[in-house]
Amino acid sequence: MGLEFNEETFRGDFSFKNSPKAIKRFPFPFPEDSYMYSVNMEPHVPGPKGSVFEHTFDVDEHYVSEMRDRAMVLADDPLRCQSLPHMTLAGWDLLELIMESKARDYPHWFELHKNGNKWHWINRPLEIEQKFTFLDETTLPCGPLEYITRQTQGDFTLQDQRDNNLFIEAGMVTTQADWSLDFDIGMSFQEWHAPVPMAHELGVFDRALKFLLKLQLGAPVRRFNWTMTVDPLLDTSPENYPKWGPTKTTLTMDNIGRRQHLRVELQTLHRLPRSNAIAFPIRAYLISFQDLVTVPKWARRLHRVIRDVPEPLATYKGFLRNRPLMVEYLSQFDDGKPTSPGWWPEPE
Amino acid sequence: MTNSVLEGTMRSRPVYGVLEPRPGKAHLIVADGEGAGAVVDLVARAGETAPAMLARTHIIYMPGPNGTDAFESLKALGAAQAFRTHDYSTAQPRLKKVLGDAHMGLQIYTTGTEGLMGQVLRDVMEAGLPAQAVQTEHRGSTVRRVQCVHCKGITENVRTDPFQCSHCGLHLFVRDHYSRRLAAYQGVNIDAEDPGEVPPAVERFK
Ligand code: HEM
Repeated sequence: MGLEFNEETFRGDFSFKNSPKAIKRFPFPFPEDSYMYSVNMEPHVPGPKGSVFEHTFDVDEHYVSEMRDRAMVLADDPLRCQSLPHMTLAGWDLLELIMESKARDYPHWFELHKNGNKWHWINRPLEIEQKFTFLDETTLPCGPLEYITRQTQGDFTLQDQRDNNLFIEAGMVTTQADWSLDFDIGMSFQEWHAPVPMAHELGVFDRALKFLLKLQLGAPVRRFNWTMTVDPLLDTSPENYPKWGPTKTTLTMDNIGRRQHLRVELQTLHRLPRSNAIAFPIRAYLISFQDLVTVPKWARRLHRVIRDVPEPLATYKGFLRNRPLMVEYLSQFDDGKPTSPGWWPEPE
Repeated sequence: MTNSVLEGTMRSRPVYGVLEPRPGKAHLIVADGEGAGAVVDLVARAGETAPAMLARTHIIYMPGPNGTDAFESLKALGAAQAFRTHDYSTAQPRLKKVLGDAHMGLQIYTTGTEGLMGQVLRDVMEAGLPAQAVQTEHRGSTVRRVQCVHCKGITENVRTDPFQCSHCGLHLFVRDHYSRRLAAYQGVNIDAEDPGEVPPAVERFK
């Protein structure tokens, strides 16, 4: 593995670590001192150099180790990757989007050569080289969705569009915040969002769906979601909840800084060209509380957000029982000073 | 469609209606337990068109999870075919054959417990028939079909919340989140965070 990629684990000894550079570019999701669900979507346009928005698909220092973790999850539970039969074309669309983006944005790591439908893909960090025929499944070791998402950080779902709705009908889901692809596959937009509190009543999902149905090719959008995770565990699946649930009871003032992580999902939405499906990459970033509080504005703000977030949200996100401890820890880093709007660090 | 009166408001839960006779080349009725009463009402609603409808009707019936067996009331209707079986899995090969042979204009009616209707809807969709061809009406027991999200095993006829998974033995609470594809609610380990602390089971579904 090259110097650019960490040798680390997201299970067992949890050797995952963010470098100072990774902390600096962490996508802190709160533009203000309070949080409530909203239709928070903006164009997914290239952001500042070095930021997680610089490229369509961010490849960072955790890439190689995350892909190793995904392979382990899939070996345990192959149902984490599923695609209903009519979604294969959307899988090819996604493969094309990712290969073209990565080859364009990271030419030193990825190369894509095309000669008509004969494609040649090189992935240097994972030491993969593949010649295949685009749109011919028999020329890849597995389906196109599984093939490309075993090489791309973040979970992915593919939504078919029909009857004025979206249906989640394919996905690779190994780093999820407690929802099951196997259970949800085939559901409509309102159905798979059914467990979310408050947002239906606020009209968030009706408006978001209306917007998405009109999503245009070449004009992707993005939004943030967030939750809390004890230890840098990527696989917080409901399937394995009996394994990770008990860790929530082991937090103390002494270990919370090291073990409690803010988990941020950078979600993007892309219209796909042939299938007219929508691809939904869900990229999870983890940061320990002790690393997060090194940025004074983030420390102040996270304290206020966690203290005031409505109880139904804290319950749904699964941190209600530890909220008092989180607030106690974070309050040490909140001097009550005002914070500036926007999520970037103060120029201090 | 009238809404069901079952508890819970989660948007993934199906909504059931009242069976109405619709013109069709053939009629397939799948019912269990108290659903027999809804079938009798359906035929009554057909009025003078009932004999013509019954001449093209195939009824598949099984007792409900609470033991209710009203097959005699269905046999008395005089449908072209009336078949009684033990449970859904024994009915399934016959149902799949009928769905596979179906022509345009088949009307499908299913009534009784949620577990039965959910499985019929699933098998109809799997057979490639439009879901609009199916009408549903809930009658009788409210016991649930639940998938354990951990081991993926399905437990039929769940009465209490929490309950013990019949496959892996974990104690599960029953969510209102419902999957049409699995025709099941979701069960999640209730003592995951505090192993051993299982609250007493409450009879939520009868
Ligand atoms: C089309 C792609 C999308 C997919 C596949 C998707 C999927 C999901 C899933 C599976 C959940 C977890 C539900 C559960 O508890 O079981 C969720 C939560 C949520 N989704 Fe989406 N979603 C999509 C788009 C959106 C959009 C565009 C919005 C914009 C408002 C949105 C807002 C939310 C919110 C607010 C939550 C609750 C998250 C939390 O509090 O942790 N989703 N979504």
